[in-house]
Amino acid sequence: MGMDVAAARIDYTHIVRLEDVQKHFGAIHALKNINLAIGRNEIVGLIGDNGAGKSTLIKTLTGVLKPSSGHIYVRDRQINLEDYSVGMAHELAIQTVYQDKSLGEKQPLWRNFFVGRQITNRWGFIDIKKEKEIANDILKRAIGFRGKGITVDSNVKQLSGGERQGIAIGRAMHFKADLIVLDEPTVALAVKEVRKVLDFVRRIKEQGHACIYIEHNLAHVHEVADRLVVLDRGEIVSEIRPQDMTVAALTEYLIEMQNRT
Amino acid sequence: MKGALSIAGSASRLEAAPIIVVFLLLLLLFMITAPGVFMAPNIYTTFLSTLPPLILLATGLTFVIGAGEIDLSFPAIIAFSGFVFAILFKEYQLGWLAVAIALLSGVLVGFVNGLLVARLGIPSFIATLGAQFFWSGIATVLSGGKSYALRGAEESSVWLWLVGRFQFGGDPYDWYNQVSVQALWTALIVVFLWFILNRHRFGEHVLFLGDSNDVSRVVGVDVEKEKIRLFTMMGALAALAAVFLTLENRNYFGNQGQGYLLLAIAAVLIGGTSIFGGRATIIGSVFGCFIVMVIETGLVASGLEGSWVRTVQGLVFLAAIIFYLIIEEPQRWRAAIARLLPAPLAPSRKGGDEHPA
Repeated sequence: MGMDVAAARIDYTHIVRLEDVQKHFGAIHALKNINLAIGRNEIVGLIGDNGAGKSTLIKTLTGVLKPSSGHIYVRDRQINLEDYSVGMAHELAIQTVYQDKSLGEKQPLWRNFFVGRQITNRWGFIDIKKEKEIANDILKRAIGFRGKGITVDSNVKQLSGGERQGIAIGRAMHFKADLIVLDEPTVALAVKEVRKVLDFVRRIKEQGHACIYIEHNLAHVHEVADRLVVLDRGEIVSEIRPQDMTVAALTEYLIEMQNRT
Repeated sequence: MKGALSIAGSASRLEAAPIIVVFLLLLLLFMITAPGVFMAPNIYTTFLSTLPPLILLATGLTFVIGAGEIDLSFPAIIAFSGFVFAILFKEYQLGWLAVAIALLSGVLVGFVNGLLVARLGIPSFIATLGAQFFWSGIATVLSGGKSYALRGAEESSVWLWLVGRFQFGGDPYDWYNQVSVQALWTALIVVFLWFILNRHRFGEHVLFLGDSNDVSRVVGVDVEKEKIRLFTMMGALAALAAVFLTLENRNYFGNQGQGYLLLAIAAVLIGGTSIFGGRATIIGSVFGCFIVMVIETGLVASGLEGSWVRTVQGLVFLAAIIFYLIIEEPQRWRAAIARLLPAPLAPSRKGGDEHPA
């Protein structure tokens, strides 16, 4: 597996491609004929109203949910959907930062950095010293937390919303994600914190990776995305390049879409 | 403020320090109210043979409750695995094999609990409540409600190695010759499980499960597998408690596990493991067991009627839970107070909470 991934990393056009993906929850048709390809170094904004299927789409893409039918390609290679899981997505360098669901609230930061991918000996015992060292390094260098009394032993509970997003994004970058999926990272953040998060998003692209960015706030996503994919009732209805449409026009367009039933 | 924080910080670094202090204070209290019992060594060596089953159960439950689940079926495992052990040991003379099969029976029950909770998604409260009825029913049916006296068991190597007494010469009934081997086994298991909880991948997964199943899934924890492991481990520990208990009493009776239900859960929660999951302390649970047991002995020795014991234990249990609730979830506590207060006094609910989108 490891060899495969290394070889596949060298040359590919799309980090992820969904082909005719469908998802049903009982009678509900949550995703309809989804065809979506993400290039290796672009920021794709995913927009649409509540219940449009944004969350279902990224959960399917990252191995949390199994599609009812369709195909998923990672680095142009088809994935066996029976085996596809969060763990496998991690191995394939796909990381997700969920709004409020990425960090264990009561756990210290160092555990949060490594849970699911602990540095252990062969018996499964964690090398706490090493994990804390690396966590400290991520905190200080990659994320740029300085002072403020936050250490690797701090609990997530003590962090602000923006800091949490920073930790989760920093973790994803540390694990060399080629694709980082962000689920509404700026919800409930103060203006200053939003700026920080948007800077994190830009840094993902600067470092040569790809990003799928789900956002309610159109101004935020319009600012950083290379293209915007619009979802409505489980379907992709259009693709927009930010330079072709102002935020105001985009807002109008989405409202109009909602009224069209 | 800063000083208070740093004190709280260093106290939390010393795992379960507050509960150890509470235990020592209780001990001191009973040394004063019942000096005849608590100032003599016999009571402490007796504890070494009465505490181990409770401690094994509480240690297992520390994982279960830490993971945000509950197991109510362990009294039935004590009945069922105790029966399996008693009949194989007595009627079939299987010796060590009887121990192994009894442990396996506990593993089996725990595994089934795990499947019900993890695969079928039944809340553990309901799944293990059902299991409690089912397996204690099975134990009653198979044993015909009879008890089994294991006369002569103390001649066997099983008895000697599992619950025998270390002999230091002199009168075999004197206190220093009453140190039970099961205390040693229990201590080793507890230390091992402390490392598992605090230093092992499994322990970390357990704590994240208790924090949030959603987060655990997202970060790549195999939620189902770890839950099955969790309940299986609890089953194994309950079965070992059953073997210790049956051997120690040299007798099997069907409801020998019933008294442990409240005691073990109380010990864990008094010890400081979060009832909401995500935070768990094995040292706390062990001292929780000490507290529960010392209260039981101390009240009786201080001249209170035995019938009061449960009442006081229940009271201590509730007091501990409320204490941790205030510490851990102050906002819940404030909300509860606000509901109790008449409307004009309660804090305003207007604004602030709405979702910005």
